[in-house]
Amino acid sequence: MEKSTVLGTNRTGIDMSPIDIKEMVALSNATPSSSPGDEQAIAKMRREYIAGAGVIGSVPPPGTLKGMASTAMEKLAGKNPEAFIDKLGCRLAFERSGVRLYDALITKCSATVDQGHGIPLNTLRKFRDEEFRHFKLVEGAIRSIGADPTAQTPSADVDAMASIGLIQVLTDPRTSVAHCLEAILIAELADNDAWQLLIVLAEKMGMDEMAREFQTALQEEDVHLTHVRQWYKQMIMEDAAVAS
Amino acid sequence: MALNLQEDRGCPIDRQRFTWKELVQTPISKLDDDAFTRVRIILMNGIEMEALRFSHSCARMNRDLQLPLAEVRRTEQHQATTVNGLLGADHSTLETTIAYEQVAIEVTALVAQNEPDEYLAQVYRFGMLEDFDHLYRYSAMLDRLEGKDANNILQCYTDIVPGRPTIVEHRAPQDDLREHYNRALAAPISKLHALTILSGEQQTQNFYLNVAPLYADPVVRQLYIEIASIEEQHVTQYESIIDPNETWLEKWMLHEANEVYNYYSCVQQESDPRIKAIWERCLDYELGHLHVARELFKQHERRDPAEILPADLPEPIKYESQREFVRKILNQEVDLRARGTQFVPKSQEGPESQQYREHLNSSGSPTNTVAAGYQWSPGTELVRGRELAYTEFARDEELTR
Repeated sequence: MEKSTVLGTNRTGIDMSPIDIKEMVALSNATPSSSPGDEQAIAKMRREYIAGAGVIGSVPPPGTLKGMASTAMEKLAGKNPEAFIDKLGCRLAFERSGVRLYDALITKCSATVDQGHGIPLNTLRKFRDEEFRHFKLVEGAIRSIGADPTAQTPSADVDAMASIGLIQVLTDPRTSVAHCLEAILIAELADNDAWQLLIVLAEKMGMDEMAREFQTALQEEDVHLTHVRQWYKQMIMEDAAVAS
Repeated sequence: MALNLQEDRGCPIDRQRFTWKELVQTPISKLDDDAFTRVRIILMNGIEMEALRFSHSCARMNRDLQLPLAEVRRTEQHQATTVNGLLGADHSTLETTIAYEQVAIEVTALVAQNEPDEYLAQVYRFGMLEDFDHLYRYSAMLDRLEGKDANNILQCYTDIVPGRPTIVEHRAPQDDLREHYNRALAAPISKLHALTILSGEQQTQNFYLNVAPLYADPVVRQLYIEIASIEEQHVTQYESIIDPNETWLEKWMLHEANEVYNYYSCVQQESDPRIKAIWERCLDYELGHLHVARELFKQHERRDPAEILPADLPEPIKYESQREFVRKILNQEVDLRARGTQFVPKSQEGPESQQYREHLNSSGSPTNTVAAGYQWSPGTELVRGRELAYTEFARDEELTR
């Protein structure tokens, strides 16, 4: 495999400017800050805003709350269905984005196949399609309780905010396959934990059939995680010339 | 390569063409390219943005010029896109901001030294010390928000210490206007300097206004909008030094000449051969634009462009650290304030600016908050090593009990 980490003219560190850095540090040390305190001043301002902030958004009411009866919704009686819908919406969005993350990873790996990275493209395509099926699975689950799978829930919105960097890494032409695998690994780790939590939540909500279906998805996600983790590790070891 | 501003025709406007792929090229390496390559990219994007802004204003006031302006503007649009796209997405917005302030400091410091008019040189020095302080504030924010070292961007070319504190930079509008140069008497380089610095500051103002809402953290939002407010003052200052009696066509010709001058400076000093080829192409196109503007000037004003343009280009902008000059000015002029169009010791500042900022700062100063107790260290302030005091934990536990 071609090395993805190379020695070069990285100019960001101080060793590239041994004379200038002495002058910079001497001036900085000799110049007091212009206002007293420390980073707690930032914390104080953040606290003030937190105290006055509202929520990032709401969960739309499911059909039953609008008068539509359903067996599923009866099971949710006395519980907090919006918290469940929020997390279902979150999973739906994450799986849907996951399809796009794998699309980008497949492109990266197929464009660099001559580097000998050895990532099997068909396995990636299989994982991509499984993310798609998981998306459809959650879409059906949301419909089954009379909620709207096209709505963006607060947890979905916040998860997307957290994932922006992953999309950037996967679509930057200059990133290596290893960089992209690390991004996918971050996504799969979060995804794996989230499925486990969602299964417990579905069970507690009395949605046993839904929980069983989700269990199948989790098993597939386990396989994704194991493979991505192994590919990534292998690639790093080979890059460092310590693969055994 | 010697250029003649009065005669060179450059690439004809009808042969200035791009494809979408040419407009989106591989960006520079944030890690490996020289910081001054990034400085040139940011400055030239600013110059192209000013070209667009001026051209639209001119078109709204001159029916007869609308078509040639639109033709030239289409190329300016595509040049702006090509140039701005050279910044990689691995720059966080705050890292790009650090680079913007490096542009403001290094280019303004150089212009201040080359400016033959002593009053205008003083204007540049005054503004430069304010941008110098912005760099310190943003560096503190980058460190305390993202845990990053601003010097990874600055590459040891620019110091990170307080300048004229931003909290005292807020002035009443009447203290931001300056005397303008005289179009008939000013040296050509003075006119180019004014357009160059105006372009940079205007781009910076627009950038800060656009990116502030990208941040979730209200602290960062406040920081950006406080400094954006100063950039508005700087645009006010720098546009007021330009003679308002210049005709529209005179201004257009000067804009094109300034673009030629700046691309020429980039070509002369670019260390990245791929980027240098882009500068050369843009230079050729700008000579074509200048030719268009010269011909229209002759046709509409019945005047010789030589009245406005020198034959030879002035000395190119030198892209190198201005550390010693900046330190000297910091030492000598940090306590200057503006009163009307003049610069005075802080004890003589007028009441209008003091009252204006007293209210503006009455609910706290974002620039002071983010940099409270901040002293830059290589590798961020965390290198100096300090764990949270136990009393902090104890208090939080008390609150959550």
